[in-house]
Amino acid sequence: MHGMIIRSIQCFLEDTYGRPVWEDVAKAAGLDPEGFEAMMPNRETRTPDVLSAASQHLGKPRETLLEDLGTYLVAHPAMQVVRRLLRFCGPDFHDFLYSLEELPERARLAVPDLELPVLDLREHDSGDYTLTVTHYVPGFGHVMVGMLRAMADDYGALVLLEHKGRAAACEIVSIRLAEPAFSAGRRFDLRLKAG
Amino acid sequence: MIPSVQGPAPDGAVVLDADAVDLFMPMSLTVAASGHIRHAGPTLAKLRPDAPMVGRRLLEVFEPRRPRGVGSFADLRAACGAPLVMAFRDQPRTAFKGHGQALPDGGMLINLSFGIGAVEALAAYDLTGADFAPTDLTVEMLYLVEANAAVQADLRRLTLRLDGAKSAAVEQAHSDTLTGLRNRRALDMALQRYAASREAFALMHLDLDRFKAVNDTRGHAAGDHVLQQVAAILREETREADTVARVGGDEFVLIFYRLTERRRLARIASRLLRRLSEPVEYDGARCEISGSIGIALSQDYPRPDPDRMLQDADAALYRSKRAGRARYAFAGEDATHRPDAGEPPARITPPS
Repeated sequence: MHGMIIRSIQCFLEDTYGRPVWEDVAKAAGLDPEGFEAMMPNRETRTPDVLSAASQHLGKPRETLLEDLGTYLVAHPAMQVVRRLLRFCGPDFHDFLYSLEELPERARLAVPDLELPVLDLREHDSGDYTLTVTHYVPGFGHVMVGMLRAMADDYGALVLLEHKGRAAACEIVSIRLAEPAFSAGRRFDLRLKAG
Repeated sequence: MIPSVQGPAPDGAVVLDADAVDLFMPMSLTVAASGHIRHAGPTLAKLRPDAPMVGRRLLEVFEPRRPRGVGSFADLRAACGAPLVMAFRDQPRTAFKGHGQALPDGGMLINLSFGIGAVEALAAYDLTGADFAPTDLTVEMLYLVEANAAVQADLRRLTLRLDGAKSAAVEQAHSDTLTGLRNRRALDMALQRYAASREAFALMHLDLDRFKAVNDTRGHAAGDHVLQQVAAILREETREADTVARVGGDEFVLIFYRLTERRRLARIASRLLRRLSEPVEYDGARCEISGSIGIALSQDYPRPDPDRMLQDADAALYRSKRAGRARYAFAGEDATHRPDAGEPPARITPPS
């Protein structure tokens, strides 16, 4: 799996729980705590080991941890870049949802060998959606739940999200957009503020 | 009002009303036959909120840059269909890329975009993604610029880390682990470099006396301690630009860069020998050693050859040893000197 994915787990654990927690987790998973080179594709797939070790160390279910990771990637001040890149996808949450399908392509524009899950959005009734998350590594659905929750917050939308489980390589996330303009949300300025 | 599009008429014409034009081309201008701006698209209008363009002459607001030689609105209209570049005449002088189409009433419809200058342009204005038509890739371009910057920043960090790791590895490959001095490989490289540069330098070959006895009677730990003390002395008595290498168990080579004055080298050798003769305490025991030194100078050779110089320094070293230890000698001379024996004589015979 791409170094960037394991690296994002490292940043999440360091920024949320502190450096020592990451060191313990890395050691328990048999990895060098000095970290990964984010720009290098890692041949070995150690992500599941890292997640199991973190889950055990923190006494949190894997699912919760992955959801927190998704939220962290959008909402944490250290991850402003990700939030901004996601906000470029659409002017409101509804458009953002529809742009999810092009997310792997957008990611590849930046990092050509990054393999993100295939995302497929279906709109049922107005405000009801199903997102299918397909990847050979399970868990991306939970990351998406956390990420979507944080993005909804960012857009000022009120959503109800539920992970419906995994079948074959597909995870199903149900999305209910209760109120597209629930709050003012955070402003998105196309200009990148210096610093 | 709901934008309306009518057509196609039998002649293929499609009629867009003003709202439809704004929707499809939010950065367009409609110009009257007189050359006055009749309408500016909403995004373009947002760029000059305090100085509305409508009612002013097109060429008063914009400076045409391409095609060349446009002096009047009539010129511009005549060049319809060709790519158009024009910029605001006032600050910020944002440039636009676009094209125009002549209208039947003698006026013109001009559609503009930021082109490659989008990043700079957007820094100057308060625009959002909604200000751009979905077919306009300006927002995607901004996305790419930011994504690229983020990736570049990460690559820079990676490069710095790899560079640091490489320096550390090189340092390690050139160091003697026990003493931290340079090793044989580093010495050879330095010698090659100096010989090639034709800079003057002196070689000092130092061999410890009675070191084996320390190792045999006091153990290896004591021997290691003595070697570390010796290394400390060698470092203290040499300059930053000099090279101090441990090339064998109790053998050291020092290169003095741009220092070939015999008196100064004799003083350095004397000081080294005196300090090496001071007993070293280890684990309550006194370890006593001394050293013998042979010195070769690059200017004694028409073409300094590192191997030859090392051999000559080595030969001088063994003359010192045979003469009774704790002595130094210059290559090509018969005399050996004790550290307390004052200045050596000037050189008389060339090395054979």
